[in-house]
Amino acid sequence: MPTHDVLVIGAGLAGQRAALAAAEQGVSVGILSKVHPVRSHSNAAQGGINAALNPGDSWESHAFDTVKGSDYLGDQDAIEIMTREAPEEILHLEHLGVTFHRNEEGRLGTRAFGGASAARTYYVADITGQAIMHVLYEQLMKHSETVARYEEWFCTALAMDEQGECCGVVTRNIADGSMQLFTAKAVILASGGNGQVWQPTTNALICTGDGIAMAYRVGAKLMDMEMIQYHPTTLAGKGFLITEGARGEGAHLLNAKGERFMERYAPNKLELASRDVVSRAEQTEIDEGRGFPDGTVALDITVVPKKRVHEALREIVLVGRDFAGVDITREPIRIKPGNHYTMGGIKTDVEGRTDIPGLYAAGEVACVSVHGGNRLGANSLLDTLIFGRRSGADAAARAKRIEGSRPAPGVLEAEEASIDAIVAREKGSGRRVSEIKRELGETMDKHVAVFREEAGIQEALETVRRLKEEAKSAYVDDKGSVFNQDVLAAIELGYMLDNAECTCVAALERKESRGAQYRTDFPERNDAEWLKHIDLQRGDDGPELSYSEVTITQWEPEERKY
Amino acid sequence: MATYTLKVRRFQPESGEAPYWEEFDVDLDPSLSVLDGILQAKDRDDGSLAVRCSCRAAICGSCGMKVNGSSTLACKTQLGEAHEAANRRGGAEAPPPRGADEEYEPEPSAGGVNPIVVEPMGNMPVIKDLIVDMESTHWEKIRRVTPWLLPHGEPPEREYVVDPESMIDITQSMACIQCGACVSSCLSMEADPDFIGPAALAKAYRFVGDPRDAETKERLHDLAEDPHGIYDCTHCFSCIDACPKDVAPMDQIMRLRRKAGEEGIEDPNNGHNHVNAFVKMIEKKGTNDEALLIQESYAPGIKGKLKPSKGAIKGLAESLPTVLRAIKTGKARSLPKLIPGIHPKLPGGAQDEVKAIYAHAEEHREELNLYIKGEEGDEELGASEETTEERPQ
Repeated sequence: MPTHDVLVIGAGLAGQRAALAAAEQGVSVGILSKVHPVRSHSNAAQGGINAALNPGDSWESHAFDTVKGSDYLGDQDAIEIMTREAPEEILHLEHLGVTFHRNEEGRLGTRAFGGASAARTYYVADITGQAIMHVLYEQLMKHSETVARYEEWFCTALAMDEQGECCGVVTRNIADGSMQLFTAKAVILASGGNGQVWQPTTNALICTGDGIAMAYRVGAKLMDMEMIQYHPTTLAGKGFLITEGARGEGAHLLNAKGERFMERYAPNKLELASRDVVSRAEQTEIDEGRGFPDGTVALDITVVPKKRVHEALREIVLVGRDFAGVDITREPIRIKPGNHYTMGGIKTDVEGRTDIPGLYAAGEVACVSVHGGNRLGANSLLDTLIFGRRSGADAAARAKRIEGSRPAPGVLEAEEASIDAIVAREKGSGRRVSEIKRELGETMDKHVAVFREEAGIQEALETVRRLKEEAKSAYVDDKGSVFNQDVLAAIELGYMLDNAECTCVAALERKESRGAQYRTDFPERNDAEWLKHIDLQRGDDGPELSYSEVTITQWEPEERKY
Repeated sequence: MATYTLKVRRFQPESGEAPYWEEFDVDLDPSLSVLDGILQAKDRDDGSLAVRCSCRAAICGSCGMKVNGSSTLACKTQLGEAHEAANRRGGAEAPPPRGADEEYEPEPSAGGVNPIVVEPMGNMPVIKDLIVDMESTHWEKIRRVTPWLLPHGEPPEREYVVDPESMIDITQSMACIQCGACVSSCLSMEADPDFIGPAALAKAYRFVGDPRDAETKERLHDLAEDPHGIYDCTHCFSCIDACPKDVAPMDQIMRLRRKAGEEGIEDPNNGHNHVNAFVKMIEKKGTNDEALLIQESYAPGIKGKLKPSKGAIKGLAESLPTVLRAIKTGKARSLPKLIPGIHPKLPGGAQDEVKAIYAHAEEHREELNLYIKGEEGDEELGASEETTEERPQ
């Protein structure tokens, strides 16, 4: 039974940052991930990371932009912490070796990003997430004596003690199929978002909402689960991401008539309005017949100087060439809004603590909430690092403070039995996992997307509940132990269905339009009734609803214009 | 939509059976990827088909494998292209893929019914189907190069102030996603499994080229003096072809060699001096003076000084059998003409033209770094833009 003071689940930016921060406090740390850490989805963050570090910029300005971007659903105490601590974090990363872009003086240079009142996005070409994550992984290799890495281990359940505190996790070593109970004085979930619940999505295949579902199953509160970001520039079909950095560098959005339509929706910020605004504008153009026949509009990057494109948008040149057959330096590329980011998640305080003692959450899996109804571009990397670090430090402090407890008996055996039962399902006993997953994704993309209304969400919820039943008999082909990805896919399907159910319930409940939740049957923001978080907790018949206050420190809600 | 056949090399470790081939038919658009094809086969036909994958967009580096014998990312290889490559490789004459549009026009050399061949990566042990053990090979080699920044002293209060070009320069190695395609393709590693290899050496350049790193000299000595280090690369370009992110690992190795040369580290293969001997000789004489090439390579400038180093004498002596074979087979001129000093000059003013070419090259020293230069052959970004680095030799 491997034991650590602090155990981190997930090894993207939040997880790696948490592990390093905990190890700095001198406690023993394990970091565990279902993929090799450098395969984590933080890789896909292209554009950059926000911080008010330039002379003349201020954390207050960054904080206000974030509050406004969140459509006033973000908690302002958490946003203040994140924006205040951002500059120091950027410098820390720079000192560790991140190859941030430099200006002519050799100092850190910035680019413009959506929803921001100043150019405060620090970046490495358009591989910022990858560049930071690989540098953090370098640090994990450097600190291998204090941080044990468990690469390609899959988590099936959190382990609780008799007092209801989290004290470990049940895992499966993917390489040989063996099951292990890990114990720890604190467990930090940093396992990312749930984009795979939607099809298509910009998210990687691993983004199946594992942590959200595991926390929900042991009774942790989830928050703002209806807030799902659709990114304005994704490729039709596959859903691949075109960075907001393209618009930051000056690219235009055009409808099929060649009109720069953002002039009508956001006359001041144009293409750099916040993401929910731009996605709605695009979807409106498409729905009203001004898009292209394939349900897209165009992103014109040819207006950006070619040298600059090669230097700063290299990845997008490759994505255009390899996945759309388009040379973006010579012609516009067709894009549409696509599922991108989970603003909601496990409810935490500013130290990453959930309402279950011993259980922490950081990064996309968590909802602090700094993003509220809509996340600003280049704030997600910041969220992962700031709250990853804070979680790691607080979890280490807890580990030093408490004695540690033992999981209630039978948790490992129960998980083993549940996997044996999946493997034992007879071929032909039910649908294939892949079929159920596809139906789930298409349903969610149809009804719980940019525009939503009651009947559609209700239909999605009913479908999800039917699929939950069907998933119980979905069979797997692989009966073996070594790299049995089939059985893991069946478990992930269960995680995704829990995520989907929570999102549908919350989206039905919020009868207003705020941020990413746009209800065509309630098209206005309604602060009087809905300036509050929707919390969900597992009950006997699905998620049970409650509400919590939005923390407002210095920015009273006002009308949101870009 | 068209039907493609994937011929997958499978290995099920728990079956007790040897690896075998299995064909899967998949129905997908030609613009979709080989990974999409594998996943369709896995979803529809056999969930036990094991493959690492995640992002589907050539970012995460999970799905390194061989497609038609070439190491690559399956998500970055289109089915249509792979189909044509399979048939060029097979050389067969045959119809377009079943179900293809009527307008389908194969490339002149394409056609054929050869399946798209999918195999696990090379130079790494296979665990199951398309999954290889990268930990004991690739990652072990990465850890070999001390893969973290080693600055001296306390960090500055703000950021390190560095030349902006230097950050763009090492961003090419930072673009590496650790997919292992270069390792899989490396011919030197096939011959010498201990070779540090293209990925780890590209990673090493990321620190050697970083002005914030204070151990550049130590790193260069370490990588040069290891018999499986930078001089173990045979310059075959396989890794450059295989790399899905244009990291050009071999270029990074050549940059390490050049920096090692600048550091005064002796190249055991003498490659650096050999190149310099050629360059100087052509500049001076226009053609290769075989009589001087070897001695200039091993002991530059000894003519007239007669003070060759021990290494030079040893090198010269060891080269003798090669020289004799070259004369015997007509690859070098016969003995009387090999007497130093009688090498013919270029006619007319041709030597001045050669010198002009050198001067031009000197003025337009360029580094092929895609973050600076764009694609090869991209005219608008062509030779007029100067950078501070020279093209690796």
